[in-house]
Amino acid sequence: MTQTPIGRFRFMDQQNVNLDGFATPDAELGLIAFDSPHDPTPSISIHNGEVIEMDGKTVDQFDTIDEFIALHGLNIPVAEEAMAIDSLQFAREIVDPNIPRAHIVHMASGMTPAKLAEVLAKLSAAELVIAMTKLRSRRTPSNQAHVTNRSDDPLLLAADAATAAAFGFREIETTVPVAGDAPSNAIAVSIGAAVASPGMLVQCSVEEAAELEMGMRGLVSYAETVSLYGTEQIFVDGDDTPWSKAFLTSAYASRGIKMRVTSGGGAEALMGGAENCSMFYLEARCVSLARAIGSQGVQNGGIDSAAVAGSVPGGVRSLMAENLMVMVRNLEACTGNDALMSESDVRRTSRTHPIFIGGSDFICSGFGSIQRYDNMFGPSQWNSEDIDDFLAMQRDWGVDGGLRTAQEPEVVRLRRRATEAVTAVYSWLGLGDFTSAWAEQAIDAAGSKDVPDSDLMLPLSASRTILDTNVTMLDVITALAETGFDVEAERCLDMLKARVAGDYLQTAAIFDEDMNVLSLVTDPNVYSGPGTGYRPSEKRQQEIDTIRQQKSVSDIRNEQATFVTDDLRVLGEAEVSHDPRDVVIGVSPATGREIWQTLSGISVSDALRELLAGLEEEGCVGRIVRINDTVDLGMVGLQAARMSGSGISIGLQAKGTALIHRRDLAPLANLELYSVAPTLDKELYRLMGINAGRHAKGATPEPMRNPYSDEAIEARYHTRVVGLVAIERDCSSSAAPETMEVDR
Amino acid sequence: MTQGFSGKDSGDVTVAAIRQGDITIDDVRIHPETLEHQAQVAEQHGNPQLAANFRRAAELTSMPDEYVLGLYDALRPGRSTQEQLTKHAEELEARGAVRNAELFRQAASAYARRGLTAK
Repeated sequence: MTQTPIGRFRFMDQQNVNLDGFATPDAELGLIAFDSPHDPTPSISIHNGEVIEMDGKTVDQFDTIDEFIALHGLNIPVAEEAMAIDSLQFAREIVDPNIPRAHIVHMASGMTPAKLAEVLAKLSAAELVIAMTKLRSRRTPSNQAHVTNRSDDPLLLAADAATAAAFGFREIETTVPVAGDAPSNAIAVSIGAAVASPGMLVQCSVEEAAELEMGMRGLVSYAETVSLYGTEQIFVDGDDTPWSKAFLTSAYASRGIKMRVTSGGGAEALMGGAENCSMFYLEARCVSLARAIGSQGVQNGGIDSAAVAGSVPGGVRSLMAENLMVMVRNLEACTGNDALMSESDVRRTSRTHPIFIGGSDFICSGFGSIQRYDNMFGPSQWNSEDIDDFLAMQRDWGVDGGLRTAQEPEVVRLRRRATEAVTAVYSWLGLGDFTSAWAEQAIDAAGSKDVPDSDLMLPLSASRTILDTNVTMLDVITALAETGFDVEAERCLDMLKARVAGDYLQTAAIFDEDMNVLSLVTDPNVYSGPGTGYRPSEKRQQEIDTIRQQKSVSDIRNEQATFVTDDLRVLGEAEVSHDPRDVVIGVSPATGREIWQTLSGISVSDALRELLAGLEEEGCVGRIVRINDTVDLGMVGLQAARMSGSGISIGLQAKGTALIHRRDLAPLANLELYSVAPTLDKELYRLMGINAGRHAKGATPEPMRNPYSDEAIEARYHTRVVGLVAIERDCSSSAAPETMEVDR
Repeated sequence: MTQGFSGKDSGDVTVAAIRQGDITIDDVRIHPETLEHQAQVAEQHGNPQLAANFRRAAELTSMPDEYVLGLYDALRPGRSTQEQLTKHAEELEARGAVRNAELFRQAASAYARRGLTAK
């Protein structure tokens, strides 16, 4: 009989992290991150310049992956020396800032998959971060966005592509829920991207041959969905071999199209074909193969199987080590953080954060820049609801994660222009017509659910026309130019001309917004310790530091100015009273001058009215006196108490913090205190008035309690507090206390 | 100035020329000599495999899209017999695509050994 667990465990069981699956490690199933007992011991034998034995297998035992790596993947002249290096020693060299990247990648080029797996498994989490900083190919980090939606709505795709570019993404990956829609999606995203920025790389992820065909027509500018697997069985199940993938890689290059391959730890285990090996060793085979077939880069770090890796001990570390392995192989690293690997916000942040700090060629190989429900790859590790979080993280750490703040009016302008451009091009090419209602919905939409007027058949019929009439990017450029979208026409043409120049075929190439290629060749990463490597330019640091939510004192002053009222006024110099019923409410210097609303959102006047009413209930007479020469609430209260006939006072800062003081107490002492102004309501101010009245009469009232809140009150209000206190300080002077009145 | 596959200078490929219908897709395709140049750059930057890829690619530039797609399909598992793969290799060799021919020869041998040829 199962017993119900105790409350502590019932409560813990309900937390999001417990929706995640955690697997008991099982090497037989490949459910093991590092070091399966079946992983081979690194080895190599070379005879007459040819590999005759590798990682415990002789040539006749090689599967196709071994064979391809042995034939193409290893730098034979360096292999024996590289394999003889002690693995721990090489691991140390990897993190040593005094050993240049060039030396590391040179020696690694002679290492077998098992050797590199053995080396990189020795790095701790912190060492992975340093190694990534040092070893990635491109100096400048970047990021990739997913732009998709449930209805393949071309207007929404274009608007969202423009939005992604506005937020700083330099690569956009789209895909389709309906395979036949692919050409339409490719065109819509390319146009939307061109509206927002030059040099946006665009791909449309579909079946390998179909993707290549779109590339040949110029409809997309790179490819990524070229999957590699670490076991032959799964590779063949994927309908490819190392040779077909090598050929495909060359086919892309033959049309001047950038391309990277995709792999990721856990994929083989997920498909039931891990051959008893660890995820990391199998991924080491994929990465070796990626280099061997001549791919310039790899998207890895679990990708679709990230959650499988995440389910075993050390799995998340292995995902990052996979990314690092790509860098050590001198390739472009598009570092996962793609498919959502946990229901827990804490875990998914933890999984990404070291890579975010270390910096990679693409932090995410698919940041879901759109709604989760619109992500046709499935929800991402990071989604549109996280963009502000990501921007705040960049700002917190001063880290360049590839994103920047976009201002709302600019995004509106871009979304409008993107929908107009797509409407014009589709109409000109005879691909379809959009209603203005549809366009308006797409401009405003947070996601496709906000676009009820979209016609689901349009993308499909547009795509058929594109294929039947052999529409290429040249036709799209003509349509853009003919309909007045000259800038976009030029930008789309620049992307075609980029493939003639071929510079963006080099490792880790992206374009900056001036169409300069940033790559291993033009923007090499050279890190040799603090003060070296990538440092954001002053302009870029400004982008990272300046988020739209930040507020200055003048912003807060302007905000307060919108709450000005004339129901609070100064009567004249205040005097000391001898009336035992007299209770002074001392208010701070900015009261009636610059601060009109308390942090809880109720007006200063209302707070005063409640305090006065509470005093009245107890038969006391409240008197408002502005203390001009101090911003300290204790001093405000004490000065007020010294003027008060009863010797009791209430001190109120205009931001809402309040206390009850007595004239014989030390300045920082008090009788009762409301310290958490944002949580105060009218009722509580009324209660403070009542209690002050009771103190004045010599009674001992039941103390007030600050309301409890489990919200991050300090995070919400502290910046505002700093601003309001600065305003109080500006308002303070040596002026004598003044009597004020408030309309009741 | 970079030349497209057709030999047209990249500088002559303008939006105005496209509107006049003077530009074909071959004008915005990469030239094999450009790929050879990129191969040399890749070699200088420590990646001979990327260089080899660019050189295989250079051989494919002159082949029509459908032919290239057809060759890719032929290399997929279980699509071709060993003889068919060898025949492709001979064809490629005849077109001067010696590196791709070598790839097909290797595939013919590896597929036969690993049971990946067409049944």
